Amino acid sequence: MSRYPSLIEAVGGTPLVGLPRLSPSGKVRVWAKLEDRNPTGSIKDRPALAMVAAAEADGRLRPGCTVIEPTSGNTGISLAMVCRVKGYRLICVMPENTSEERRLLLRAYGAQIISSPAAGGSNAAVAAAKVLAADHPDWVMLYQYGNHDNAKAHYDSTGPELLADLPTITHFVAGLGTTGTLMGVGRYLREKVPDISIVAAEPRYGELVYGLRNLDEGFVPELYDETVLSSRFSVGPEDAVRRTRELLEVEGIFAGISTGAVLHAALGLAAKAEKDGRSADIAFIVADAGWKYLSTGVYGATDDQAAASGLDGQLWA
Amino acid sequence: MSVSVSVPTILRPVTKGEKTVSADGATLAELIADLDSRYSGLGDRLIKNGALHRFINIYVNDEDVRFTGGLDTTVADGDQLTILPAVAGGSGA
Repeated sequence: MSRYPSLIEAVGGTPLVGLPRLSPSGKVRVWAKLEDRNPTGSIKDRPALAMVAAAEADGRLRPGCTVIEPTSGNTGISLAMVCRVKGYRLICVMPENTSEERRLLLRAYGAQIISSPAAGGSNAAVAAAKVLAADHPDWVMLYQYGNHDNAKAHYDSTGPELLADLPTITHFVAGLGTTGTLMGVGRYLREKVPDISIVAAEPRYGELVYGLRNLDEGFVPELYDETVLSSRFSVGPEDAVRRTRELLEVEGIFAGISTGAVLHAALGLAAKAEKDGRSADIAFIVADAGWKYLSTGVYGATDDQAAASGLDGQLWA
Repeated sequence: MSVSVSVPTILRPVTKGEKTVSADGATLAELIADLDSRYSGLGDRLIKNGALHRFINIYVNDEDVRFTGGLDTTVADGDQLTILPAVAGGSGA
């Protein structure tokens, strides 16, 4: 079906495409789920819509309400679209070291932006949003890091879509931010597919992002349950950029930089399965396309090293 | 044998400002004990009540040790160990 009553009904139902050239063999296949095909161009349309719908259903959100959310970009853009369609005002609290395109997009959708300091990354945005929400009891913070409707959106839609398209799935790989995708899809697939591997690829940023004053300021999303995961890899900007460029050059997929980190982990698993002589169907998430990261110079750089230098100090995922 | 350990800014006061230090040991626990013998107090920052501090992540060759045996994770000569505080990071997925 390709006809919908309105834009928000068109969220989800994204294609799963094979990577015939990057897959090691016909027995070990790697598949990309193109979440950039959602209405605002990222996977975050799923949790944004689910969190708003649940808040409306239980009466937290009423006509005329103001929504506030800490976000480094994609969730904010998705919420901005949903709030536009449904008539809510949106305030996004985001770190100042996020790309200019994200800010322009948010403003285009009518959202207000409050900047938090670059030092501390999203940690600082979360802290600032919590203070603002406490000062304004009439504002509604959906709080993606601790909102079970975030993970539930993936349990209800992303997971079933993957299994329907790839019943032989052996591995699922996604980026680790709020952890909503991995928790939701992971729980769903674990119920349906014995021995499935659920693998997290966590972006590793520059030092500025880890600049806490003390360890007790650390942050683990309330949604995170490590028992859902099989393994978790940290992927640095060099590997993420190299894979992002490789995905574009070899398979023609123009993905955002966090996807490069996820692909790096997926290809590592593929190489291991091939070496061990096991067959595998490895699905990974393309969280968004490259449009919002063009100004980093990553795509046009002459080599991978020059490309990675464009990410210095940025929250690239 | 020797393992290269990347130290985050928040722990560098304990490592006398060193960003990368080397350590010996067959497991992560032994390696941390070795580090603590030279950088007093580092062990207490990394381990609480016999387990890794909740807001500390340690990776051996980029893999999170919580999924490879925790403090019993084996390490080998030439491995790269990365210590990072747990932060919210980006929007990811």
